[in-house]
Amino acid sequence: MVEQVLLRAIGVRKSFGALEVLKGIDLEVRQGQVVSLIGASGSGKTTFLRCVNMLEEHDAGDILLDGDPIGYRVEGGKRRRMSETAVSAQRARIGMVFQQFNLFPHLTAEENVMLGLTKVLGKTKAEARDIAGHWLGKVGLEARRGHYPYQLSGGQQQRVAMARAVAMEPRLLLFDEVTSALDPELVAEVLQVMKALAESGMTMLVVSHEMLFVRDVSHHVVFMDQGKVAQAGSPAEVFGNPESERLRSFLGRFHGFF
Amino acid sequence: MINYHFDWSVIARNMDRFLAALGLGLGLAVISLAIGCVLGLAVAYARVSPRRWLSGPAWFYVELIRCMPLLLLIFFIYFGLPEFGIYFMDKTQSFVLTLSLYAAAYMSEVFRAGLASIPKQYVEAAKAIGMRPWQRQRYVVLPVMFRITLPAISNNLISLFKDTSLAAAIAVPELTFLARQVNANTFRVMEVWLTASAMYLATAYLLATLLRLVERRYASIR
Repeated sequence: MVEQVLLRAIGVRKSFGALEVLKGIDLEVRQGQVVSLIGASGSGKTTFLRCVNMLEEHDAGDILLDGDPIGYRVEGGKRRRMSETAVSAQRARIGMVFQQFNLFPHLTAEENVMLGLTKVLGKTKAEARDIAGHWLGKVGLEARRGHYPYQLSGGQQQRVAMARAVAMEPRLLLFDEVTSALDPELVAEVLQVMKALAESGMTMLVVSHEMLFVRDVSHHVVFMDQGKVAQAGSPAEVFGNPESERLRSFLGRFHGFF
Repeated sequence: MINYHFDWSVIARNMDRFLAALGLGLGLAVISLAIGCVLGLAVAYARVSPRRWLSGPAWFYVELIRCMPLLLLIFFIYFGLPEFGIYFMDKTQSFVLTLSLYAAAYMSEVFRAGLASIPKQYVEAAKAIGMRPWQRQRYVVLPVMFRITLPAISNNLISLFKDTSLAAAIAVPELTFLARQVNANTFRVMEVWLTASAMYLATAYLLATLLRLVERRYASIR
């Protein structure tokens, strides 16, 4: 059965000054799928991810979530940016986990998860605390709910950040190189949580350099090169049959695993 | 000096007045800091605004106040404003207004630096969970900034407390004014000024210690 398309990007373009970082990205994420973006740094993966929740604003093209254009609306033939309030409401439907965790430093693990629940979703403190407890339990950190970020290891902080994102029950979760800032021995615990999320049916768009994870967990892999989608397909296709020299040499860097 | 005979009975007799005057000074400092923080925050936001009609006047205000002697400001507002038909204030209110405006200029610089020092990742995390602009400020930026700037806020409170002695110049009955009055009536120069100095010193030191405890309480940011 083919699930319906949750996120669709059509010809997304983005420049920083004179440098065109995204040169027309087309991409689909179906409900319940894990789609991974791979590619060398500078290929535009992270920029694209950040465009999906309007942390960067794309210059042209459309990003549709459930068919609704994100960030921009066409009125009378003109492309208009939505109000910040409208954009905020859209962002509430999309979760994001960052490379540097970005936990709120003045709040405990539990309060980090609760903040969006109470202030954005309007839940009561008691409800929010229950939900936070549930998700902190899922990431194995219920015992640390009262700890501040500086009292947690990088891996633990990243798991709290994931709990914070999932607790909002987003339609889509974005992962921006979430293991890149971690010590090697802490990577596994974070990947394990991501894998569990994927198995629970969460729709995920993942930028990662963890090729084994990408190969084992993704439904669909997109190789980006110089601001374009160079090859896309199932992990078996992309890793087993790299069409371009660029992809071959990119994959070759990962110790000849593929 | 050698022949000076200390007579502390003057101090003992007037102790309640000394304490009341000290309390007034402390109160003036705390109120002015509170008003100054609120006003200073508004000025800080105005200064970092991309809109020139906001940042320009804010810049002018801060530089004007910072580059004027406080005593002059006190005189200008107390003696000058009535010339412009503004009569509603007594001398204490006038002094609170002056010290608040003064504190606002300094606090706005503290807050401006604080706002600039907040890593943008925190704001992005707040955006990513769908918080609206004012919510990001209220629940993320301001609490973090408050913790970062707490040591500077403490410093300002101690400074302002000492600055309340200038209120003596317009006869607000705080500690310096009272000391001068008691001195004029009794000629116990050493006792009076030693007492006043010791009271300023002890209070400022106590404040500093207390504030350090508060800072430790909020030291969750490394």
